[in-house]
Amino acid sequence: MHAINYEAPKSLDEAVKLLAAHGEKARPLSGGTDLLIQLRAGTRRPEFVVDIKQIPELTRISFSLQHGLRLGAAAPCISIHENSDMRKYYPGLTEAAHLIGSLQIQSRATVGGNLCNGSPAADTTPALIALGAQARVIGPKGERTVPVDGFCLAPGRTVLQPGELLVEFHIPAPERHSSDAYLRFIPRNEMDIAVVGVGAALSLDVSDDRVVEARIGLGAVGPTPIFAAEASKSLIGKTLDAAAIENAARLAIAVATPIDDMRGTAEFRRHVVGVLTRRTLAKAAERAREANQR
Amino acid sequence: MSRRPRDPHHNEKIAAEFDPAADDGGPKLSRRSFLKGAGAAAAVAGLLGVQPAAADDAAPEPPLAGAAERLGPGPATFKLRINGATRTVTAEPRVTLLGVLRDHLGLTGAKLVCDRGACGACTVHLDGAPVTSCMMLAIDARGHEITTIEGLGAPDRMHALQDAFVAKDALQCGFCTPGMTMALSAALEANPNPSPAEIKHAIAGNICRCGTYPHVIEAALAAAQAARGQA
Ligand SMILES: Cc1cc2nc3c(=O)[nH]c(=O)nc-3n(C[C@H](O)[C@H](O)[C@H](O)COP(=O)(O)OP(=O)(O)OC[C@H]3O[C@@H](n4cnc5c(N)ncnc54)[C@H](O)[C@@H]3O)c2cc1C
Ligand code: FES
Ligand code: FES
Repeated sequence: MHAINYEAPKSLDEAVKLLAAHGEKARPLSGGTDLLIQLRAGTRRPEFVVDIKQIPELTRISFSLQHGLRLGAAAPCISIHENSDMRKYYPGLTEAAHLIGSLQIQSRATVGGNLCNGSPAADTTPALIALGAQARVIGPKGERTVPVDGFCLAPGRTVLQPGELLVEFHIPAPERHSSDAYLRFIPRNEMDIAVVGVGAALSLDVSDDRVVEARIGLGAVGPTPIFAAEASKSLIGKTLDAAAIENAARLAIAVATPIDDMRGTAEFRRHVVGVLTRRTLAKAAERAREANQR
Repeated sequence: MSRRPRDPHHNEKIAAEFDPAADDGGPKLSRRSFLKGAGAAAAVAGLLGVQPAAADDAAPEPPLAGAAERLGPGPATFKLRINGATRTVTAEPRVTLLGVLRDHLGLTGAKLVCDRGACGACTVHLDGAPVTSCMMLAIDARGHEITTIEGLGAPDRMHALQDAFVAKDALQCGFCTPGMTMALSAALEANPNPSPAEIKHAIAGNICRCGTYPHVIEAALAAAQAARGQA
């Protein structure tokens, strides 16, 4: 690893000033589980590593039924699955965070780092997309809010400009009968990169089991994580029966643009998108029916 | 869920007992006599290669006080809490926690294998949670309580898991053993009554070249039972 300067701002203000001053010469350090590998490999050579974990806004998790969830970009995955509100109201996002690497990795890795690293296979991103998460970004030119489904531009590239920092995610409060789920396919039980990942969030009217809201996010089947807009829209107003689920799965496959690689062929990946879309929808629906969130 | 050692003074006790500065300052056991005499038990205890280094008396400086600091790129001097003692380290910011443990402090229980978070051989506890020490900067470990295999138990005062690893023959070459033991001890703190599936999940990030997994799982179950029996 090349020699680095280490800086640890204690406030958002300080962090913005430091990052603005350094521009392209700096990288934020969250859990470091991607960044340290890139520094060692020499694929990133920042002069300044700016540790963002001492900034209170970045590590907090705050939830209320009125305002929904504020999830700090630098809250480690372990603090997500140890949080009872997260497990209850956002079980899909929680299970995605609990899939990253090993427990050792989850003690450090963060959802913000997972997104900012820009991998199309990042496990928490489809779960965030399904929940309609908004990313609060701050930088030299001020603040902006970016929907997570538009955050990634290409493998390893996001909307973040030099000097910009992802502060937190805002996720809407759950509806009464709403829930989410995330599933991924890997050839082993743990510790592998998703061949396909699918996140789904549903809100139901349980009086007639109709879908009020639906969002489906896909991972590892395109240059960026994908919001399956048509598949999601197709479910709204429908009873969640086998035909509706099958139709959504077909539409999800249609927006996937996977490649052949050592983890699987494009054809296999399309097939798995269908399988996992069906399964995540069924799982999210089962949770939503049981849920009584308010 | 508890991520703190059950006995809050456990680390201090071990550190006090094994503070080499307290007696002749030399290593208590030579590597050779250790291997000859105690065999597997010695390897499990993970004390091989521990070098004397005095623990500082001074309380650690609150690393988080004041405005944004800049350290590096040259060596910086900072304090870490390791196995209940405060240690002063001078290292460049690019040095990992594993690098400081092994190369600066002589705590060679945590092993360097993959250097990319994928094998678990370098597992230590950070505030009771398992972390791969190759995947974090040492400077980023300030303000946290670090426990290494050297702080978990000692040959005459073995952690229940270390006893169980010996009893169940849960190691061959022993290279993965300190990491396995640290991952499992964190898991048992959080869940004293784990199922075999939960044990497998706890060591999903620990790779054993020798394939000792079945015995490791048996050892973890036995240790959990022993610990519950004592409680
Ligand atoms: C052994 C191993 C297994 C893994 N398994 C998985 C897996 O199963 N699934 C998966 O999705 N990933 C996996 N990963 C990758 C990695 O752990 C995740 O992507 C993790 O979520 C990254 O988070 P971090 O906090 O460690 O990010 P860091 O490494 O700290 O940061 C990643 C990148 O994002 C930038 N960044 C971080 N935070 C911000 C911010 N707030 N604002 C602006 N930029 C920021 C950094 O500068 C860096 O470029 C694995 C990694 C390892 C080492
Ligand atoms: S050496 Fe750290 S995980 Fe392999
Ligand atoms: S005992 Fe040899 S690597 Fe596990």
